[in-house]
Amino acid sequence: MKVKYFAWVRERVGKAEETVEPPADVRTIDDLIAWLSRRGEDYAYAFEKPKVIRAAIDQAHVKSDAVIAGAREIAFFPPMTGG
Amino acid sequence: MTIAATIRIQQGDFDVAQEIARLSKGRTDIGAVVSFSGICRGTEDSEPIAALTLEHYPGMAEAEIKRHADEAIARWPLQGLTIIHRFGRIAPGENIVLVVTASSHRQAAFEAAEFLMDYLKTNAPFWKQEESARGKSWIEARSHDDDAAARWKKS
Repeated sequence: MKVKYFAWVRERVGKAEETVEPPADVRTIDDLIAWLSRRGEDYAYAFEKPKVIRAAIDQAHVKSDAVIAGAREIAFFPPMTGG
Repeated sequence: MTIAATIRIQQGDFDVAQEIARLSKGRTDIGAVVSFSGICRGTEDSEPIAALTLEHYPGMAEAEIKRHADEAIARWPLQGLTIIHRFGRIAPGENIVLVVTASSHRQAAFEAAEFLMDYLKTNAPFWKQEESARGKSWIEARSHDDDAAARWKKS
């Protein structure tokens, strides 16, 4: 699945998007955050406060307990500040 | 009759008067047009800023704004709706966002415009970064914006 990062999450991870293949026991957004956080210091820094991070599956907002099975595109970003 | 909203996500500026005219020109059924323009301030927390840079999530930004536009059209008797949101570098005094609502009567136009702005602030995937003498920093979300959006939730 494709993972996209925006704003300071993107800056901390050091990339705007990538393709990842998490193992089958990574079921939810929470699981994916925990799995990504173990990939390196940059990820750990980006996700150090997981409760602050917002997520979208296939371009729709989801809660952190949302199941990721079948997702084509998952995005992580800080709370929005547009308008 | 269900109207279709005009939604544009663009880097360039927009002309508020032209957008209002586009909705209301030649119409005799519209009795009220409300427009809200969000403009880049020259200060943030009393510190002067050089510019804002708006990052957005292409695709989702359009989809999320469309979802809220559809909800506004379902909740209020609107005869026209335009939403424009800019991205990229925006200098103080420049436009950032525009919401124009048209209806037979003012209440629907006022309420729908306020609903849309409250939701754009908290749900549309845009992020503001400010440039100042101290460098670049991401603007933090404000809890009063969440409170403003929450009051429109139907119980």
